[in-house]
Amino acid sequence: MKVSWNTSHTLHLDVLLLVGLICLSFYGLIVLYSADNQSTATLIRQGVRLGLGFTVMLVLAQIRPEHIMRWVPWLYAGGIAMLLAVFVMGTVGKGAQRWLDLGIVRFQPSELMKLIVPMTIALYLSERPLPPSYRHIVVALFLVLLPTMLIAKQPDLGTSLLIAASGLFVLLLAGINWKLVVGTAISLGSAAILIALTPLREKVLHAYQIRRIDTFLDPEKDPLGAGYHIIQSKIAIGSGGLYGKGWQHGTQSHLEFLPERNTDFIFAVLSEEFGLVGVLILFTIYFFILTRGLFIAMSAQGTFARLLAGSITLTFFVYIFVNIGMVTGLLPVVGLPLPLISYGGTSIVSLLAGFGLLMGIHTHKRLLSE
Amino acid sequence: MLKKILLKNAWREYLLFRDRVLVAWLIILLLLLGLVLRLVFLQVLDHEHFTTLSENNRLKILPLPPPRGLIYDRNGVVLAENQATYSLEIIPEQVPKDGLEDLLEQLNTILPISDDDRKRFYKYLKHKRRFEPVPLRYKLTDAEVARFSVRSFEFPGVNINTRLTRFYPLGKTGNHALGYVGRINQQDLKRLDTSEYSGTRNIGKIGVEKYYEDVLHGRVGLQQVETNVRGRILRVVKREDPIPGDNLYLNLDIVLQRFAEQLLEGERGALVALEPTTGGVLALVSVPHYDPNLFVNGIDHKSYKELLQSPGKPLLNRAIRGQYPPGSTIKAFVGMAGMEYNQRQAHQKTWCPGWYSLPGKEHKYRDWKHSGHGHVNFYHAVEQSCDVYFYTLAHDLGINRLSNFMQRFSFGHLTEIDISNELPGLMPTREWKHRRYNLAWYPGETLISGIGQGFVLATPTQLAMATATLSMRGKTHHPRLAFMREAAETRTLQTIPSRASTQVELRNEDFWTAAIEAMQAVVHGARGTARKQGADLPYRMAGKTGTAQVINIEQNAKYDADKLKKKFHDHALFVAFAPVDDPKIALAVIVENGGSGSSAAAPIARKVIDFYLRQRLQLEFDEAPAGH
Repeated sequence: MKVSWNTSHTLHLDVLLLVGLICLSFYGLIVLYSADNQSTATLIRQGVRLGLGFTVMLVLAQIRPEHIMRWVPWLYAGGIAMLLAVFVMGTVGKGAQRWLDLGIVRFQPSELMKLIVPMTIALYLSERPLPPSYRHIVVALFLVLLPTMLIAKQPDLGTSLLIAASGLFVLLLAGINWKLVVGTAISLGSAAILIALTPLREKVLHAYQIRRIDTFLDPEKDPLGAGYHIIQSKIAIGSGGLYGKGWQHGTQSHLEFLPERNTDFIFAVLSEEFGLVGVLILFTIYFFILTRGLFIAMSAQGTFARLLAGSITLTFFVYIFVNIGMVTGLLPVVGLPLPLISYGGTSIVSLLAGFGLLMGIHTHKRLLSE
Repeated sequence: MLKKILLKNAWREYLLFRDRVLVAWLIILLLLLGLVLRLVFLQVLDHEHFTTLSENNRLKILPLPPPRGLIYDRNGVVLAENQATYSLEIIPEQVPKDGLEDLLEQLNTILPISDDDRKRFYKYLKHKRRFEPVPLRYKLTDAEVARFSVRSFEFPGVNINTRLTRFYPLGKTGNHALGYVGRINQQDLKRLDTSEYSGTRNIGKIGVEKYYEDVLHGRVGLQQVETNVRGRILRVVKREDPIPGDNLYLNLDIVLQRFAEQLLEGERGALVALEPTTGGVLALVSVPHYDPNLFVNGIDHKSYKELLQSPGKPLLNRAIRGQYPPGSTIKAFVGMAGMEYNQRQAHQKTWCPGWYSLPGKEHKYRDWKHSGHGHVNFYHAVEQSCDVYFYTLAHDLGINRLSNFMQRFSFGHLTEIDISNELPGLMPTREWKHRRYNLAWYPGETLISGIGQGFVLATPTQLAMATATLSMRGKTHHPRLAFMREAAETRTLQTIPSRASTQVELRNEDFWTAAIEAMQAVVHGARGTARKQGADLPYRMAGKTGTAQVINIEQNAKYDADKLKKKFHDHALFVAFAPVDDPKIALAVIVENGGSGSSAAAPIARKVIDFYLRQRLQLEFDEAPAGH
């Protein structure tokens, strides 16, 4: 939809997507207020981030996809350069080297790559016949794996998996053979199991990653150490029941049994205080946004726009699924936030930037006559 | 070229893409439903289970240890009480890990922290959870508490903890009767009800504190609290107050106790004074003694080693565990055995030439008086402590009859005094020697048993009890330290039932009279071995001296104290009761290596009895010496 306030200027945005995102953000703020013990300061900081995110979203929504296509190669080259720079001069935070200090701002180049990688693959494949040939698939995979490896080395397993997923989603949507997809999935899966469960892992994985895998397999083994997060999170969720303990009445969160309760484990706070009903409301909003995203992708003009829109939407879902899967004990602990609900930094901006691209794609269609 | 390909495939590509998106949408839907299913499991099906876990997280049951009952003497003087003591504790998680050393350094500027404190702190630190307080210093003085309190805001995570600690205000006085409390150890844990002791750190280790643990401990209370993950209590949900332990009243007269301790100061020995009419223990002295307060918070290594290695063995409770040859103090009893078994009449005389030999044997058993006592009957024999009279009597009785009679006065048996670890002494029989050494009994051993030597061993408590029994003409009360308990809250008093008294029955009541008469002569008779003590006594006292050999004196050699090391000197003993016609106090006193009973032990007994009757009971006596 184009909202015009005069004849020469038109504000490009998608009202349905915007409404969904705003609902989500407010829901998130309500949960966060409770999770962080009624801290107004936290609320304000999160509000500011959301404001920044929505601004970035609005700005990106005004850009035509065709313009973006032109910048993509440069963005990719720049992104890789920054990832290399992180190795050389990055600052260390929480045991991993992820941050690039540019004097005024500190930021994680890996966040930028979350959008640049799908753009790159989408651009590369849009210029070639689809479904892509094996040669093109190999090149695309290389383009995906290069930044993925760099980020995995930082080490930031969560982000590198997301980036790999965002690139692979483009390939998937571009129509590569299902047999290939299934075959790859099976071989990758067994490789992962092989690495995770055999002595090989001592060489490939970090100690904390090995611990996470063991914890996932048997959280009771070390209930006060590594398994503690998952045990407490399941207690919080389970004790929430159908209707929850009420806003600000979650004992698991307020008595601090639940760790990381305003970031990665905020879903447990929501489940404890609002119960299954609150969870279903959250799922409805997410599902609405996802459906709208996929609709935009389907109705997008041009292969680049389509692939990019689809990938952004599917990556958004990966966040949701991995986070909730982790918090409910279905998946091992991978540090991914619950999108737009978790407190914190750069993911909000990069997520909303993605939705900005989606809106731009949807509102800059050329008439067929053009 | 590029454009051409794109155009050629545009529609096909769109259809391909549309299919893929639809598949993706379906997968999303399925995965979301999968998550919903998972949540239904957690939140609906397992809801109760997780609610329980969540409540267990939230609510903790904390024990409220009961305050221990106080201990008073018979006049209400506090012997053991609970004092608020302050300790400095650190909650590790509230202190930066590498800042701990700095913190200790800083604290050291406010109150002294020794290397031992540090060592103990780091030891405890390893075993505690991060949110549990770890004690750094115990027993802060009021000044130290004040100094820290002023600056406590500079030390987050460092707190002062107040708790009640056992305190014995009189220190060493009466310590061997009272005993002490100490840290609960593995051994204690095996036999106590752990739930009753959750939250309690100390338990009675010896003495009255141990024996009356059940009375003094009380019942544990509990509170259900809501805590956060660090164990910090946010609110109390439910509270059940503990029931304090009962207060205990002892028969002990602590003034008399201290008086007796002062008389024995510097010696090794013991004194037990009983109230003959009840068995109540008026004084129970064992010297050297020690300060029980040392043990309350765990005694430090150095002090403990000092106590253990001290030549005077201050940890030994001589009153109940010191087993001494009773020597001549048992002569009146042996004499009664002669009458009971019809071997001697009280006035029947025996010739004492100064020695005795078994029929057909060369060996001479010496009397302490080399020239002999001449013709002596029972009264003379006791008064002058003639050995030969009792050698002959013992020979005539035989060891088993002698032993059986003595055992009726608890010799060789526990007195069942209400403190633990008492030793039974020894009253030998033929069978005993066979069992113990697989050897036959020699007649010579009967002789020396007759004068309380050889195998015969008795504790001061046994001697005091036997003397009290004699003074009451056979009425036997088991020695008793505690007589009353008092519920701390309601102040209601309740008598502690003592063991039923028994009666030693003799063939003829006159035997008692004879024995008491003979022991009176020891103090008041012209040739009595303790006549010095009776010279100016305004009331009648009965007593018996005893001098127990520590080493064997060579045949024909003479005991010469000056030539012997102090540790080979004889033990000095004295048993006594007074007033004779209405006994108020019976006692036994022993001074290890003190020399003769008449010079080392009897004066102490006399002073104690005098002090008790006149100062404590304030009995009025005619000042004229109560002569015959």
